[in-house]
Amino acid sequence: MGNTNILLVGVGGQGILLASEVMSEVFRRAGFDVKKSEVHGMAQRGGIVSSHVRFGEKVYSPMIEEGDADIMLSFELMEALRWEHYLKPDAFLATSNVRMVPPICNSGKIVYPDNTAEKLEEIRPEARILDIESTLREVGNSKVTNVIMLGVLSTILKIPEDSWLDVVKEAVPAKLVDVNLKAFTAGRAFMTKN
Amino acid sequence: MKTLLSGNEAIARGAYEYGCVFATAYPGTPSTEILENIAKYKEIKSQWAPNEKVAVEVAIGAAMAGARSLCAMKHVGVNVAADPLMSFTFMEVKGGFVLVSADDPGMHSSQNEQDNRNYAKFAKMPVLDPCDSDEAKQFVGEAFNISETFHTPVMVRTTTRTSHGKGLVKLGEPIERKVSGFEKNFEKMVVLPMNARKLRVYAEERLRKLETFAENTNLNFEEPGEGRVGFITSGIAHVHLKEVLPTAPILKIGMPYPLPINKIRDFVSRFDRVIVVEELDPFIEEQILAAGISVEGKNLIPGIWELNPEIIRDVLEKENIISKKERHESQKSDAIPRPPVFCPGCPHLGIFHALKKAKAKIITGDIGCYTLAAIPPFNAMDTCVCMGASIGNAIGIEKATGSGKGIAAVIGDSTFTHSGLNGLVDAIMNNSHITIVISDNSITAMTGGQPDPRTGWDLHHRENKQMDFEIVARAMGAEHVFSVDPTDIAPTFEVVKRELEADHLSVIISQAPCVLYPKKVKRPKFFTFLDNCTACTMCSRINCQAISRSDELTDKGRNKWQINVDLCTGCGLCIQMCKFDAIRPVSGREE
Ligand SMILES: Cc1ncc(C[n+]2csc(CCOP(=O)(O)OP(=O)(O)O)c2C)c(N)n1
Ligand code: SF4
Ligand code: SF4
Repeated sequence: MGNTNILLVGVGGQGILLASEVMSEVFRRAGFDVKKSEVHGMAQRGGIVSSHVRFGEKVYSPMIEEGDADIMLSFELMEALRWEHYLKPDAFLATSNVRMVPPICNSGKIVYPDNTAEKLEEIRPEARILDIESTLREVGNSKVTNVIMLGVLSTILKIPEDSWLDVVKEAVPAKLVDVNLKAFTAGRAFMTKN
Repeated sequence: MKTLLSGNEAIARGAYEYGCVFATAYPGTPSTEILENIAKYKEIKSQWAPNEKVAVEVAIGAAMAGARSLCAMKHVGVNVAADPLMSFTFMEVKGGFVLVSADDPGMHSSQNEQDNRNYAKFAKMPVLDPCDSDEAKQFVGEAFNISETFHTPVMVRTTTRTSHGKGLVKLGEPIERKVSGFEKNFEKMVVLPMNARKLRVYAEERLRKLETFAENTNLNFEEPGEGRVGFITSGIAHVHLKEVLPTAPILKIGMPYPLPINKIRDFVSRFDRVIVVEELDPFIEEQILAAGISVEGKNLIPGIWELNPEIIRDVLEKENIISKKERHESQKSDAIPRPPVFCPGCPHLGIFHALKKAKAKIITGDIGCYTLAAIPPFNAMDTCVCMGASIGNAIGIEKATGSGKGIAAVIGDSTFTHSGLNGLVDAIMNNSHITIVISDNSITAMTGGQPDPRTGWDLHHRENKQMDFEIVARAMGAEHVFSVDPTDIAPTFEVVKRELEADHLSVIISQAPCVLYPKKVKRPKFFTFLDNCTACTMCSRINCQAISRSDELTDKGRNKWQINVDLCTGCGLCIQMCKFDAIRPVSGREE
C-alpha cells in the first residue's frame, strides 16, 4: 500500500516541470492520490531544478524524504550525482548522459570531471546511464528529454501505455505531437531493448 | 471529480467559485500564479498593480464599492503594503476583502524569511493557513464569508510548498457575483482622528467576536488519534506530521489568529504532552503560552527554514514518540556547484560588462534577474536590500563619503516603477551625483515574465501606454539622461564610462529585450569557427552560459572556446569581443 516517490532532477530549461505535470496527471487518471512539489529558484535558465512527485492510496506531504525516493529520473549527468542520496538503496535510477557544463567552470578552477559517469556507477551500480544525447539527435529535437524520460518511466510502472500517450498528446503543442511520440517510444526502447 | 491544482491555481479557483469580483497583485515568487490564473476567469475583473501598496489600495477601493476583492503578493510585498493595510483594518469592510500573502520559508527565491501570520495579529485581522490545495480553495471562500460577516479584512497565508505544490481539489459551482455600490460614509471611510478613535474601539470589539467565532468554526477541528501525546498543527506542517505519524491526535488550526483558546485548553487537558508543530515563528505556541496553557513547540521544532517530514520524524524519534525508521543513510556525493546564471544572451550581460570595464567603484543593486550579477563570475553588485533600494543606497553612500563619482545604482524596469521612482525623486531633491542605470528589458522577468509599465500591454494582453523613462526622468528633473543598447558594446561602454566619471546625476537607460519573455527571441545564432580560435578567452568574458571550453586544443595546449548553438540566442555580444574572426553567424556556416 506504500506510496511511490519519484524525484526528477536536471537543469532549468530542460522541461522538468512538464514531465512532472504529465506524470501527475497520469497518476490522477489512474485513480491515485497525487501530490507534487517543486521550487522555482533564482535563475530562469541554467540553474538546478528538482521536482518531487508522490502517488498512492493517500499522500499527505508533497515532499520526499532524503533516502526515500523509489525512482529518480535525472536529465543531466552531474545532477544524478548531486541528488543520488535521495534514493532508497534499491531504487531505480535513470539518467541522461548529457553533460551541461555550468559557466562557473569557465575560470578553470572548477572542473566538470570526465569520469562523472564512472563515479555514479561506483555508487549506484544499477544506475541506467542512457545515451540521450544520441537519441535527441535521432529524434531531431534537443528539447524532448522530458518525454523520453516519461517513456522510460512508463515501462517500470503498471499503468497502460495508452494512458501516458493520451496525456502527452494533450500536454504538448499540436505541431510537436509527432516528435514527442517519437521521443516517448525512444524512451521505452531504452528499457525494452535488452 | 477532482482536479490536480497547485495552491495558487486553487486560490484562483476559489476566487472564481466564491464570488470574487475584482483581483489585483504585484508579482513575486511564490504568489505570482494566483493572479495569472485568476485572469483566466473572465467573470473576474483582474489587473496587475505597479507595486503591492497600490494593489492593496485598489483592492480596498473595490471592497469599498461593495465588491468581493482579492489581492495577492509575496511575503515581503506586505511590508510595502503595510501602510494602507494597517489603517484599513480599523475600517468597517463592506465587500469581502482577502489579502493573500505567500510566504517563502527557506528563502527559495526571496531576500528574507518572515512569517506573515504576525502581520495578522499586528493588524488585528484574522488569518487562515491552508495545508494543501484543496484547503487553499476552500479557505478563500471562508475568508470572504468571515470578511463580510465581521466586516474585517482577512489574510490567507500560504507558504512555498502550498503555493507551488499540487494536489487534488474538488471543484464546485460558482456563486453569484455582486457589487452593492459605493455609499458615502464619513465615519466609517475617512480615518481622521475623530473617526479613527471610534474605529479603534470598533476593531477591538470585532476581535472579541472573532474569538468567539474561532471556538465554533470548523476551520479549527480535532482529528482523533492514538497515544498520550497530542499535536497542534497549522498550514503545511499538518501534512508533514500526518506523513510521519498518520495516527497522531491533532487539533488542526485553520485560523491561527485569533485562536480558539478554550478549545485548545480542553484539547491540551486530555494529553500528557502537547506539541505545537508550525513552520517558522512560534506564532500559535506563544499565544497559547500567553493564555497560561502549557505546550511545547520551538524547543523541539526548528523556527527557521521550511519544515519537511524528515525534520519532524527526527524530532518524534528523539522524543521516543515513534520508533526509529530504517533509513538509508547515504552520503551526499561531490557534485560541482551550479549557481544560478543569466540566460544566454540576456540583455543584462552587456550593461554589467560595460560597468565592469568602466571600473565602477561601487555598484548598488536591486532585485530582479540582474541581481545574478552579484555572484561569480560577475561579482559586479555590491549591495542588495529590497526592491527599489539601489538608488537610495547609492545616494547614502555618496552623501557619507562625499562623492557620487564612480557610484552606480542598477535597477530593472519593473523595480524602477515599483519603488525606484521615489529614489530618483530623492536624487533630484538632494542634488545627488550618482549614475542611475535602468537595465530595461521591458518585462518583469525574474518572476516569469509579467507585463510592467514598459511592456506595452496588460495582464489580458490588451494594449496600454508604454512609459517612456527618458521623458519621466527629465520631467522629474534629471538633466543627463541617455539611452543605450547594451548589446552594442562600444557605445554602451563610452556612455557608462563618461557618466561614471562625470560629477553630476546621470540616468542611463539600457534597453534591450529579455530573451525569454514575453516570448523567446528568435535571432540568427552564432557558432565558433574553431580553426581561427586562439584561446584568447575574450569571448568568455561576456560570461554567457552558451560559451564554454571545448575539447580542442591550440598548439600551446590551451582549450579553445566554443558556443553551444542550441543555447545561443544570437545577442551578438561575443562576436564583438573576438578579434580573430572565430565567431560567425550559423547562417553562413555552409558557405
Ligand atoms: C516587495 C517585493 N515584491 C516582489 C518581489 C519579487 N520580485 C523579485 S524581482 C522582481 C521584479 C524584477 O523585475 P525587473 O526589475 O524588471 O528585473 P528583471 O527580472 O526583469 O531583470 C520582483 C517582482 C520582491 N522581491 N519584493
Ligand atoms: S551571441 Fe554569443 S554571447 Fe550572445 S547568446 Fe550567442 S553565444 Fe552567447
Ligand atoms: S529571463 Fe530575461 S532578464 Fe532574466 S536572465 Fe533570462 S534573459 Fe535575462
